Amino acid sequence: MYGKGLRPLSIASAAALGTALGLIFFYAPLDADQGFIQKIFYVHVPLAIVALCGFMAAGIMGIRYLRSGDRSWDMRSYVAIHLSIVLAVGVLITGAIWAKASWGHWWVWDEPTLVSFLIIFLLYCCYQPLRFSIEDPERQARYAAVFSIVAGAFVPLNFVAVRLAQAFSHPRVLSTTGGNMPGSMRLTFLVSLLAIALLYITLWKLELTSKNATMQLKRLRRRLELELDEQHVAAGAPAPPVGTVPAQPVGD
Amino acid sequence: MTRTAWAILRKDLQIELRTKESVPAMALFSVTVFVLFHFGLKRNEIEGDLAAGVLWVTLILATVLAVNRLFVNEREQGGIDGLLLAPIDRTAVFLAKAAALFLYLVLVEVVAVPAFALLLLGPDLLKPLPSLVAILLLADLGLAAVGALVSALAVETRARDLIVPLLLLPLLVPVAIAGANGTSPLFSGSQSPHELGKWLGLLGLYDMVFLLVSIAVFDFLLED
Amino acid sequence: MVEEPPDGALVEVEGLERRYGERAALDGISFELRRGETLGLFGPNGAGKSTLLRVLATLIRPHAGSVKVLGGALPGEAWKVRGRVGYLGHDPLLYRELSGRENLLFHARLHRVPEERVDELIAAVGMHRRAGDPVRELSRGMLQRLSAARTLLHDPPLLLLDEPYSGLDPAARELLEPLIGRASGRTRVLVSHDLEEGAAECDRALGLRAGRQMLLDRPDPARLKELYR
Repeated sequence: MYGKGLRPLSIASAAALGTALGLIFFYAPLDADQGFIQKIFYVHVPLAIVALCGFMAAGIMGIRYLRSGDRSWDMRSYVAIHLSIVLAVGVLITGAIWAKASWGHWWVWDEPTLVSFLIIFLLYCCYQPLRFSIEDPERQARYAAVFSIVAGAFVPLNFVAVRLAQAFSHPRVLSTTGGNMPGSMRLTFLVSLLAIALLYITLWKLELTSKNATMQLKRLRRRLELELDEQHVAAGAPAPPVGTVPAQPVGD
Repeated sequence: MTRTAWAILRKDLQIELRTKESVPAMALFSVTVFVLFHFGLKRNEIEGDLAAGVLWVTLILATVLAVNRLFVNEREQGGIDGLLLAPIDRTAVFLAKAAALFLYLVLVEVVAVPAFALLLLGPDLLKPLPSLVAILLLADLGLAAVGALVSALAVETRARDLIVPLLLLPLLVPVAIAGANGTSPLFSGSQSPHELGKWLGLLGLYDMVFLLVSIAVFDFLLED
Repeated sequence: MVEEPPDGALVEVEGLERRYGERAALDGISFELRRGETLGLFGPNGAGKSTLLRVLATLIRPHAGSVKVLGGALPGEAWKVRGRVGYLGHDPLLYRELSGRENLLFHARLHRVPEERVDELIAAVGMHRRAGDPVRELSRGMLQRLSAARTLLHDPPLLLLDEPYSGLDPAARELLEPLIGRASGRTRVLVSHDLEEGAAECDRALGLRAGRQMLLDRPDPARLKELYR
């Protein structure tokens, strides 16, 4: 069900990644102030964008689940959040590296993307504990969907708030030239963005396929066990169970 | 539906009046935290950014206290089934709980803000009071909506008291941002320019988004 | 107004399933309940009796099969059913800090029942002297009586009773019987652990074991005992 298109996707991702890396290393211009390390921007920002889209998409999948009751939407949402958290960690790490290289500190509060991601990361860290502390699976899925919707709505709000807060202190220190990137930078950036987006989707599909297969395997195994159980009971039961009888007095 | 929400709110207020569990604890907590800050910061008087920060962090932490208890009463006394069996719109439960939390916060602020002015705040509080009240009320709305939602989310989980702050605090960061930024000019003795409107706007947006989301989503939390 | 089926079947259940994780709490339950009848639920602990009752009360939803209560199909039409069943479970559903009367008033408001009914029922269950005391001071028997009053506030056409007389002294029991017992003439689903008594109370018995329906027939204590082996 999910495996369709996995191979072309993987190939496309690999190709895009390769291209992106090539562009980053050989094509994009070297930044005068920050030097080579500035190129981490081509990883940091696309990771952030894809992660954010992932979180919001997970919220939409949560909505789909609540409306349809179809558990596959819940699984899609779960995997999306899962992957986006990994990407978020990547954002934090690349951001820290960049900060250290540019400013000498491993953390700067002036970079709104970084700060927003810290908050978002802290929030989504609660997803798994919340999920797995609820025992009933249907309820678990429902509550997870609610979380994904609330958190998904929170993500853009959070960004706005953090941006507003920074507007006072310093201008964005780790930004590049903002909207007016020179052509070579823009191209590299876009290819990088595409590569990471493709990678994300590929991994998402991959994980879904794998989870699906595991679930089906478990289901089959359980069915097998149940049938074996019933055979055992039928073979060596101590007393025959009282059978279902229509509503009539048992003849004497 | 408002009638039902009112009935539930009334019931909660009745219980709170009798047990006096939440509001006094929150107020006491706030004042104690102020004392802690005095020792922690080693200051007799604070103003501006620092004052705003202390006030808002304290208020938000006090909210966590209340949120922990908001649905606990229902769950422990099996009251939730009583609500579930009744022919009511379940959104009314959310409205009632959020309204209760809002009221608790207002009551606590009536105590905590003067205490803050007394214990820690340097500049005079009277002049900026109307603006402060406006910010507090708008913020309380957001705190109440998100608090009620998180309370319901956490009520079924095993490690409830841990999940609530972990879940609630990141969600409340925008409130802290707007609150602190909006309040800090009010707490400086000087006539610093402040764009109160911008922060009120952010709070308003936050309140609206989370009220709508909570109302839309709350039904799914109560049913089974 | 919600239409009730003309042939008088207040409850129609077919192939009801309810899972708890991997385990089946209810597996293939089917029965019908006509107006004025009492259906007794029997079976060992964990058989699924309380679960079945809760499904009928719309507190939990069926995972498979068809369930129709008072003309409303569950879970989609639960709103039609709510407020028309009276559920008396193990939990009295009373807030401990409020008095009995305040509790009942609250439920009356939720069900849009006039205040006078509250006092009517308090008198009927013999609690008029203690109705003003906080619930946490009351004994189990009194709680059960108040809970019965709560159950009957909205005069429901269907009663769902989970061991209603457990822990009650004979005096309390005598008070409740005309209200929720066989003599009341109400349509009921009743869970009972006392085989002799339960069999006497019901018109038909549904026997459960590990979620499965083992029998559905006129109550016969001897056969019911088989369930518990």
